[in-house]
Amino acid sequence: MTSGDPVQTPRRVDRAGIVIAALLAVLAAVLLWDARGLQTTAMYGMGPEAMPVVVATGVALLAIGNFIDALRGNLPARESADPVPVVLILVGLTLLIAIVGFGGGFILATSALFVTTSAAFGRRAVVVDSIIAVVMSTLIYLVFDRLLTLSLPAGPLERLL
Amino acid sequence: MMDTFAALAHGMAVAVQPMNLLYALIGVFLGTAVGVLPGIGPALTVALLLPVTYKLDPGGSLIMFAGIYYGGMYGGSTTAILINTPGESASMATALEGNKMAKAGRGGPALATSAIGSFVAGTIATIGLAFLAPWLVDFAVRFGPEDYFALMCVAFVTVSATFGDSPIRGLTSLFIGLTLGLVGIDKLTGQARLAFGVPELLDGVEVTTLAVGLFAVGEALYVASRRHHTEEKLEPVRGSLWMTKQDWKRSWKPWLRGTMFGFPIGALPAGGAEIPTFLSYSTEKRLTKHPEEFGKGAIEGVAGPEAANNASAAGTLVPLLTLGLPTSATAAMMLAGFQQYGLNPGPLLFAERPDLVWGLIASLFIANCMLLVLNLPLVGLWVRLLAIPQPWLYAGILVFATMGTIAAKPSVVELSMLAGFGVLGFLMRRFDFPIAPVVVGLILGPIAESQLRRALAISLGDPVTLLQSPISATLLGIALVALLAPFVLKGMGRFKANED
Repeated sequence: MTSGDPVQTPRRVDRAGIVIAALLAVLAAVLLWDARGLQTTAMYGMGPEAMPVVVATGVALLAIGNFIDALRGNLPARESADPVPVVLILVGLTLLIAIVGFGGGFILATSALFVTTSAAFGRRAVVVDSIIAVVMSTLIYLVFDRLLTLSLPAGPLERLL
Repeated sequence: MMDTFAALAHGMAVAVQPMNLLYALIGVFLGTAVGVLPGIGPALTVALLLPVTYKLDPGGSLIMFAGIYYGGMYGGSTTAILINTPGESASMATALEGNKMAKAGRGGPALATSAIGSFVAGTIATIGLAFLAPWLVDFAVRFGPEDYFALMCVAFVTVSATFGDSPIRGLTSLFIGLTLGLVGIDKLTGQARLAFGVPELLDGVEVTTLAVGLFAVGEALYVASRRHHTEEKLEPVRGSLWMTKQDWKRSWKPWLRGTMFGFPIGALPAGGAEIPTFLSYSTEKRLTKHPEEFGKGAIEGVAGPEAANNASAAGTLVPLLTLGLPTSATAAMMLAGFQQYGLNPGPLLFAERPDLVWGLIASLFIANCMLLVLNLPLVGLWVRLLAIPQPWLYAGILVFATMGTIAAKPSVVELSMLAGFGVLGFLMRRFDFPIAPVVVGLILGPIAESQLRRALAISLGDPVTLLQSPISATLLGIALVALLAPFVLKGMGRFKANED
């Protein structure tokens, strides 16, 4: 499991790895900043601030470790990624959250997610997928909300049922 | 010895009640159906189906859980054989030989040897669990808080650093999990940590939200991002489903050897089914009389690793049930299932709720038998599930995944966390950080902290207490060795490479 042979190929600095290390350093700083506001009330032993400090130290050390890995170019090779489908799914999730947040109900929210995800995976038949999505989420709503009595958020469509 | 038989008989009596049999049947059915979907491993299967069991009583839902757990394992190997997309690294060996067999028109025997091998291994390993568990419980009741803390340190290190590709990346994953575990109200002093004034964060990060986000949403994003790379191909099951006499002869020894690798390694608090499956694969490759078939579809290469995989799955239940220690992502999800009912696995649970624990163990036997029946004749049904077009499949997975969160907590904050964890899971997959340590860190972090604080409160703040208990001192030593070993070995490897 040694990482190749460092002698033959001069390795390039991995930019993504540097960003990861920087994010970890920020996380360590946030942990310490948050722990500072805690009061030590424990008579003996550790207070609530001890563990965050320990974790922050670990995260800081790992930031250094990841930084060294990135400088050496030790990260595994990555295949090219297509950002469009990722953005589409994230749009779907955002729509879902917005619809649930504004009281649009379960059926509309999950249908929006279904159609965008399906499009992200290359389907172009938006109308057909919308119909499938509404029928499917209505069925899920009926089974889980009415039969299994889980409470799913109700919107205009759910009130018609 | 006799106690175990009596307890197991009692457990059987619980498990064969008609309602519980029905729960077990629903569990194995759902588990297989979800587990067979490509890209979905047993951990995600359990995470996705957790909300389904919200409204059941603890006994029934745990039995359903056991079925889901084993069902997910069976379903995963079907996918590995028929489309060569192992849902988890433990199925990689199966995919290696099984998919070649399916391509050569021997998909039926490959599925059969994997199902029967899983049954044999699962049964033997569950017997092992039944006998090992009470013995470990006797040992574990003597554990003090400092010993538990030390044990969790061992689990942290082995799960994240010892067996992965990169100890740095594994530990990074673990510490992300530990950080998430700090979020919320500190139970001893009532002070909020890392809540940033958001009321929803005071309860802490929900394990299911994290797991579903990392596994389901992250996987969907990852597969979508690299859809242009691979075209999955479903191999039709041609020819006879049944194994020939020759197949049986070549399978039974690998089954038993796989079980011998899987169960002990799974039962150690070391985590991971990858090691036993690959040990089994390389052993079978060495012992076979048909070395020329390896890499082209050797039945031993399916029989052994599949048995090892299932045996280690039963093995991970040993530390989970007796010590409350999850050592794999799937075991972590099982623990989340227990916690959903306010149950904490460990020696106390054996003493207080023996009906529950032994009912669960007994229902593992029953689930195993049901799965054998469900998988051999009904394999055609599961294969049809594999034919769902990818866009609808992943769209459906995401709808189901978000439904669990919406049903538990329909808040914008919770759903945003789910999406955020999805992005985290995507990035971790892309940059090759392991996922399981995050989940283990989130679950075990708070427990380890409270045990440590309890130990230090008892010793009036003297940290030497951690080294005074022989159990704790030994375990901390093991943890240290396991932490340093990969770095030292890597250094030695580099030294050797420089020499030649």
